[in-house]
Order: sequence, then C-alpha cells, then structure tokens
Amino acid sequence: MNVRSQISMVFHLDKCIGCHTCSIACKNIWTDRKGTEYMWWNNVETKPGTGFPTQWENQEKYRGGWELVNGKLQLKSTSKAKTLTNIFHNPSMPSMDDYYEPWTYKYDELFNAPEGSDQPTARPISMVTGEYINVEAGPNWDDDLGGSPVYAESDPNLKGLTEEQRQQLFAIERLVFFYFPRICNHCLNPSCVAACPSGALYKRGEDGIVLIDQKRCRGWRACVAACPYKKTFYNWSTGKSEKCVLCYPRLETGQAPACFHSCVGRIRYLGVLLYDADRIEEVAKLPNEQLIDGHRSLVLNPNDPAVIAAARQNGIHDSVIESAQQSPVYKFVKEWKLALPPHIEFRTLPMLYYVPPMSPVMAQREDDTVSSVSSEFFHDIEQSRVPLQFMANLFGAGHQGKVVYALKKQKAIRTYRRAKTVGDITMDVAERMLREADCTVEEAEAIYKLTSLCTFEERFVIPPMHREEAIEMMREPSEHKTSVGFGFMDAPQRGL
Amino acid sequence: MISPGPFFLDQIFFIVAPYVAIIIFLLVSIRRYRTEAFTFSSLSSQFLENQHHFWGLVPFHFGIITVLLGHVIAFLIPREILAWNSHPVRLYVLEGTAFVAALLTMLGLTSLIIRRVTDPKVKKVTSWADWVVFGSFVVQILSGVYVALFHSWGSSWFAALAAPYLWSLVTLTPDITYVTAMPWMVKIHIISAWLMIAFAPFTRLVHILVVPNPYLWRKPQVVRWYAAWRAFRA
Ligand code: SF4
Ligand code: SF4
Repeated sequence: MNVRSQISMVFHLDKCIGCHTCSIACKNIWTDRKGTEYMWWNNVETKPGTGFPTQWENQEKYRGGWELVNGKLQLKSTSKAKTLTNIFHNPSMPSMDDYYEPWTYKYDELFNAPEGSDQPTARPISMVTGEYINVEAGPNWDDDLGGSPVYAESDPNLKGLTEEQRQQLFAIERLVFFYFPRICNHCLNPSCVAACPSGALYKRGEDGIVLIDQKRCRGWRACVAACPYKKTFYNWSTGKSEKCVLCYPRLETGQAPACFHSCVGRIRYLGVLLYDADRIEEVAKLPNEQLIDGHRSLVLNPNDPAVIAAARQNGIHDSVIESAQQSPVYKFVKEWKLALPPHIEFRTLPMLYYVPPMSPVMAQREDDTVSSVSSEFFHDIEQSRVPLQFMANLFGAGHQGKVVYALKKQKAIRTYRRAKTVGDITMDVAERMLREADCTVEEAEAIYKLTSLCTFEERFVIPPMHREEAIEMMREPSEHKTSVGFGFMDAPQRGL
Repeated sequence: MISPGPFFLDQIFFIVAPYVAIIIFLLVSIRRYRTEAFTFSSLSSQFLENQHHFWGLVPFHFGIITVLLGHVIAFLIPREILAWNSHPVRLYVLEGTAFVAALLTMLGLTSLIIRRVTDPKVKKVTSWADWVVFGSFVVQILSGVYVALFHSWGSSWFAALAAPYLWSLVTLTPDITYVTAMPWMVKIHIISAWLMIAFAPFTRLVHILVVPNPYLWRKPQVVRWYAAWRAFRA
C-alpha cells in the first residue's frame, strides 16, 4: 500500500442553479490576461448540450484520454513514436474555432460617435485581432437549451437513446435540462501529464494538484489534445499551455478555491481522500463496467488503523489524516456512494465527483405528455424526464446501475424528509423506500444535513499544507517566508 | 591568421564571422535559458489556425531536418560520403533525396509565409523577429537550391571542400583556402548560415534547443514533491 493524499471534490448537481458565479470568480482571478480570454478553467454547461469546447465529450473527434489496446493502457492522441512525428502539427489539437473567438465591444464609439439620427452602438471586436467580428459562438452559446435543435441534439451523451427518448427530451412541454459545472478533475491517471513531451506537467505529490510548469512548457500542446475533459488550454499569446490550478495559493493559506468559495448554490465540497497509488494502473485498466467500483476501491478508509499507519510511514502529516477523516468527499464517494466520477471511461480517474441530479421530482414521463401523478409521491426514477441512459453515459460509463442507486437514494431521502416535515407521506412508506435504497435513517439524516444545511466549514475541509515543513531541510522557513511571493521573477511575456 | 590583403573580406566572413556567431549563439542561449526560461517556446500558432498549418509546418520541418541532417552527416563522415558517391547511381539517389527534401522545405516555407500574411489571427502573433527568421530561411534555401542545381554535385564537393573547412574551424586552425575559390552563391549560403546562427538565440528558433527527447524514455506520469526528503524517496 502506497498511501497518498489527494484534494478531491464533489459537485452536487441537484443544487446547481446555473448562475455561472463560479466561472466569473475564476475568470477574474486567473484568466483575464491576454491570450487567456477564451479560457474558462471553470465553466458551467447545460445538459443536454454540446458544452465547451463544442462536443468535448466526443473522443472520436478530440481523441482525448486513454484507451485499452490489447490490455495495455495507451493515450488516444499520442504515443512515444507519434510525439516525434506529430510535434510539428498535432492532428488532435482543437483550434480556437472549437471554443470561440473572444470579443469585447468598442465602447468608445458610444462616446465618440458623431451626432446623428441613430443611436450609437458599441460593435463587437475580436480580442485577438482587434477587428470587428460577427459573434457566432461563445463559451455558453447553448445555455439553458438555447438553440437546442442545433446544440443539445448533438450532445454525445445521447448515444444509445432511442429516437423516441430523444424526441421527449426536446418536446416543448417536456423539455428538461440540468447544469454541469466543470473544472479540471486533478485526475489520478492524468493523460495531460502523460502526453507532455517536455515533462512540464506534473502532479503534486503532497496534494495531487495537477499543474503545468510554465518554465518547462514549450507549447507542444500535447496536453490540450490529450485531456479528454479539455481542461488544459493553450495561451496563444505566451505560447504556453495553462490549466486550472485549483487555486493552490488559496488552498495553501487555508482558503477554498475561488469557484468553491463563491458558489451560490453551495453545490461544491472539497476535502482530502487517501488513496493507494500502487493500484492506479491496475484500476485504470479495468473493463468499463468495473471502473467505478475499482476507482472507489482506490480510496482508502482514513479511520482504518492499517491505512493510518501506512499513511504516516509515507510522510503524510497527522493533521492531513485528521482532515481526511472529516472529509465530506469521503462521505459522498465512499460511505454513501452518491457521488460518481464523470466519464470514467476516459480512464484518467478523475478526482472530482458528481452527485447526479434528480429530474423535476413531481413529474414523470407518460406516453406523450408529462404527468405529475405518480403511483408514489415523487416520480419513479426509471420514468424520470432525463432518460437514465443519458445520465449513465455521463456518470456511469454507459451503465445505469450506479446512477440508479444514487438517484434512488436521493429520492428516498426526499420522501423521508417529506414524511418527517410535511407529513403527507407516511413514515412506513418512507422507511420502506430508504431500505430499498440501501440507506438507514441515520444515513438519511446525515446526507440531508450535508446536502441542505451544510456550513462553510463542513463543505470545505482544507488540510494544512505544511509548506513550512516541506522546505525546512533546505531553508529556514521564517527566512523563506520573507523572500518569496506569488508570480514571476521575470515577466511571463511571449519571447521573440 | 587574419591579415590585410586580397583575402581580407574572406577572412572576415569565413573566420571571424563563424567564431563570433558561435560565441553569440552559446552565450545568448545560455543566458536566455537561465534568466528567461519562460520565453523558450515553439510559439505554435496551430491553435489560431488549424488547417493551412499542416501544409506549411509539416513539409517545412521534415524537409529542413533532412537537409540539415545531410549537412551534419557529410561534415562528420566526408570520406564515407565520397566513397558512396563513387557510384553514379548512388550519387543520384543521395542528390535526389536531398533535392526533394529541399523542395519540401521550400514549399513548406512558402506555404507558411502565405499563412502568416493571410490569416488575420496568425498575423497578429507574428513579430519582426519572425520576419527576420523567414527572410534568412528564404535566402538560405534559395541559395542552397541554386547551388544544388548549378554547382553539381554538391554532396561530393561539400565532403571534399566544405567539411575540411568546417573541421579547420573546429580544430581552431581556420583554413579558408577551401572556400575562397568557391562560387559566390556558395559563399552567400555559408555567410548567411553564420548570420542565422548568430541571430537564432534571439528568436523562436531556440525551440530547437529544447526538443523533448527525454519523453522517449521517461515514465508516463510525473509527480513532484515539495518535501525535500520525499523528492528522493518517490
Ligand atoms: S481533467 Fe485530468 S487529464 Fe484533464 S487537465 Fe485535469 S488532470 Fe489533466
Ligand atoms: S456558482 Fe455554483 S450554483 Fe452557480 S453555476 Fe457555479 S456551481 Fe452552479
């Protein structure tokens, strides 16, 4: 057992209101520089929808992630040999057209326009060329199903759905969607790291954050092609790739990442998971249907004395182990099995998990309309308005079992709470449903609490990073403290 | 070694220039790597324009690498090259390959220069230094192709004359008698090469210095530890 600690995350999709506050918080801190205008390290997509960049989940197009070839794990986009031949032109590299051309408005025209009979306007101009452009795409072009016949219908997750199920998703009175906020998953088997020819990407040993060394990156852009979630971005101005840094400067000072901190729906949870690094490769090679269980089995019980001993032996600080014991992520992922990794079939073993969202609970699909009468108070999970197969394609590698489990449990807890607070459902029914959903009353209460009444401290259990101890062999920490800061000693400017 | 006289200019171009160029190349590259590591990048513009990119970059790079490799090989093993060329068929094969590679380079370069001026986004990220690089490549390739066409057979006389000249520079006993009698186009080719070497470390050409060969043997995943003691154990 090779115990390592990883800062992990849960996004509770049932709570996301699609306000994009998270994206703006991130943009203001990290990506408002030249060359990064188009990047959204945090973005919120509408599902069904094509997302950002367009159709990123379609790996036939983007060739991200890993694949199993004769029992061996291989990058889809590259290999040692291909790196040499494709370094001049990377055939799997998306271009700005797959994202969008960033723009601003020529505001000064509002003030400088000569007097006339027309209202002056501020026309959009490209943030790359400075020329006037016609805005034809944006980071959230299909927000709230906007233009869904073009966008939502090309969602790669609709694969395997019958024509009828697809129709139902988009018929006006039955329309349904949910939000899917995304950041870098800080994967255990990151394909971005494995693809970088320069070795500029790395995973931090102490906390698992995946970063790009800006001084080692040479702009070979292999990571952009290799990340199946398209969460590394190429800065066209500096010629370097960049990605979500999980606000590590904030984490190191005990603050939640900006997108977590600002989340209006309070859907985000963050905490330590201890995992067994020796088994990563073995798990990443499992067949699709075993991936979720395998991924879960990598996560170790932080209360198990054997795990604690092995963690200590590996130099994991007691305070980090304690933090792992409090981790809300551990509860959602391991104890309650409510949170699932997105697209685990890409085999990067993402460490950001999602609680799948319930469809509108009072309504379900009938033959050709939506009906709000059900044999039970809330709709049947199987009849939910978002077809289960769609959810399974997103969170279950195409298999419905784990998704149904998570949804059933959420439904049972709602029923139980309704029985308790409103009383129009009998406790018998509620308890039977809890039993069927593999949930005890205590667990239901705990889930309810952490979902609905969670405080800041309960949502974000940030371990002390102990940077002072990490450096003490090299330098006197107090002296170090006065001589460093964030940022560059030399300006991060494009060379000639 | 250097004395005024009929060959004074030749001495400047073929003795002073190469040494100055190589010294500039080394000093500036090292200084830039140590103090401005951030600026070492291929400065790829594939992200801004993805289609035309292929038709310029790929032929250019494969072409230029083949041509350069040819120069280096003929410099390292001139005798073997001469022996190889003693059979006409083998000579034609070698010259033909080199010529095709040169054509590829030329086509690629033309294509990528067109891309630089026609695509508005790519134009935006093109600096004056890029134009110097393009300009010197144009001179270099055109003079090279001219020499290949009109002063045959280049591969043989390179091995017989240019290689000894280069070796004389390497061994610090510069001897320009090999080059003074060469046709003026060859001289242009050599002089512009020295200029390029001197200018390279200021430009995007530094990406050649950081070709990622360690990728071939490193493990797929990279983990960095902050704790000094862990760095050794991991
Ligand atoms: S999501 Fe995973 S593969 Fe993509 S950038 Fe993040 S760590 Fe790398
Ligand atoms: S801030 Fe929170 S609730 Fe709002 S879109 Fe982002 S994740 Fe969803």
